[in-house]
Amino acid sequence: MAAIFSGAPPQGGPGYSFTQTPTAVPSGERQHGFYPYTDNGGSTLGISGADFTILAGDTRSTSGYNINTRYAPKLFKIGGEGPDNKGARIVLSVVGFAADGDALKERLDTIVKMYKYQHGKPMTVTACAQRLSHILYNKRFFPYYVHAILGGLDEEGKGALYSYDPVGSYEREQCRAAGAASSLIMPFLDNQVNFKNQYMPGSGTGHNLKTKEATPLSRGHVEDLVRDAFTSAVERHIEVGDGLQMMILTKDGIQETYTSLKKD
Amino acid sequence: MNHLPQAWGRPRDDVYGAYDNSHFQTAGPNQHTQSPIVTGTSVVAAKFKDGVVIASDNLASYGSLARFTDVKRLRKFNENVVVGFGGDVSDMQYLDRLLNSLDIRENYASADDPLNAKNLHTYLAKVMYKRRSDFNPLWNHLLIAGLDGEAKPFLASADLLGTTFSSPTLATGFGAHLAQPIMRRTIPDEASVEKVSKDEAVKLVKECMKVLFYRDARSMDKYSIAVITKEGVELSEDEKLENQSWAFAEQIRGYGTQTA
Repeated sequence: MAAIFSGAPPQGGPGYSFTQTPTAVPSGERQHGFYPYTDNGGSTLGISGADFTILAGDTRSTSGYNINTRYAPKLFKIGGEGPDNKGARIVLSVVGFAADGDALKERLDTIVKMYKYQHGKPMTVTACAQRLSHILYNKRFFPYYVHAILGGLDEEGKGALYSYDPVGSYEREQCRAAGAASSLIMPFLDNQVNFKNQYMPGSGTGHNLKTKEATPLSRGHVEDLVRDAFTSAVERHIEVGDGLQMMILTKDGIQETYTSLKKD
Repeated sequence: MNHLPQAWGRPRDDVYGAYDNSHFQTAGPNQHTQSPIVTGTSVVAAKFKDGVVIASDNLASYGSLARFTDVKRLRKFNENVVVGFGGDVSDMQYLDRLLNSLDIRENYASADDPLNAKNLHTYLAKVMYKRRSDFNPLWNHLLIAGLDGEAKPFLASADLLGTTFSSPTLATGFGAHLAQPIMRRTIPDEASVEKVSKDEAVKLVKECMKVLFYRDARSMDKYSIAVITKEGVELSEDEKLENQSWAFAEQIRGYGTQTA
């Protein structure tokens, strides 16, 4: 790597013909002053039902107290045809460092597209989910700084939802909130989707209380939950707002909606 | 002069102390840009119904020193695209050479269907992201203004981290604080772009340049402005701020020797 003749005097000793040359180099170790990450704010969430999956994310992009733009989608169709991803059956949502999110999206998208060309059949969500984990883990020591959520329908047509940490640990879940307002949204989802801390009325007192069993929710009800989660998060988190993008995956394909949120 | 050619042209060690060789590529790790040196301040841009207006002043600062006062920070790429550069000037000049070679290569490939603003933004965003991933960033914040593949107005940004976003109005650096709120008053969303004429957009951007000159200490009253429409690029590189009003300065109390 180093040039054979660098033009520099030899290191660690006097390079000139003067005898009283000071040998101490003025500086010590140089510090790296560049931090390659930033947080672009925003929040995402996903809920899976009996025969559908819903992914949602706000469209605000921030840096510090600045709003970069009011419309920067965090939801991406994966593995469809052409630049608009027509006929896609998998959706990826990413929140965190937006540049890493875009890079991750592009990698997963090309992989799923290549799979279809090479095998002559679309990639299953299960396979895609594991592949995404591998992509993230491959950068274990310089991670993609994102919380990803992957949604689709499994081989039985049931709603499938996978959530990830930045280094690729993943899990299939009923619901997951990620990003800036995840700590505000996730407890709400625990209560309203998995019925945590809910009991059957009049089933007894103390230990005799019967917990309310979690059952798959209807699509309309889940859409209402998503909207409520985001309108509430907007009130309490400054990095969330401007617009709500939703993608609803069913056996008929992906339905995309946009509704505006408060812009303050 | 002594008998060691390596020492020629360098400060004498007996006078100035040992020379710090750490910036040479020796056995140690590669040294990369850790901070910008000569910098340009804000770039502001706004979409209007037939195109995009973009402006930046002609100053390159060395810290607080106004070092170069005739630096063109808007670069016309072709009849469809102008790139505005904020941040390090030497990295801007590197990107300028990169864009030159890209343009030559593209023109050899085919003369019809030249690169549009969207293409160029994708290209520059990937260059910026690659360099940040190598821990060797190009210390710039770029605005790419022009027309996309469907000849619609296009405006997007790419920064030293590879972050990209697009908006009806954009501003880098100090402009993100001072110019964006002013421009968003007129062009709050994509729908309102259709209602803004070229003259209104130019007036708006010039007003922002004035506000920036009032309040940004690293700015100058000489600036460049470009308008990109289907008719091509109108680039003017020697504009001067007009109708400045410093009347407000009289009202300011409480600094310096005044007694409030």
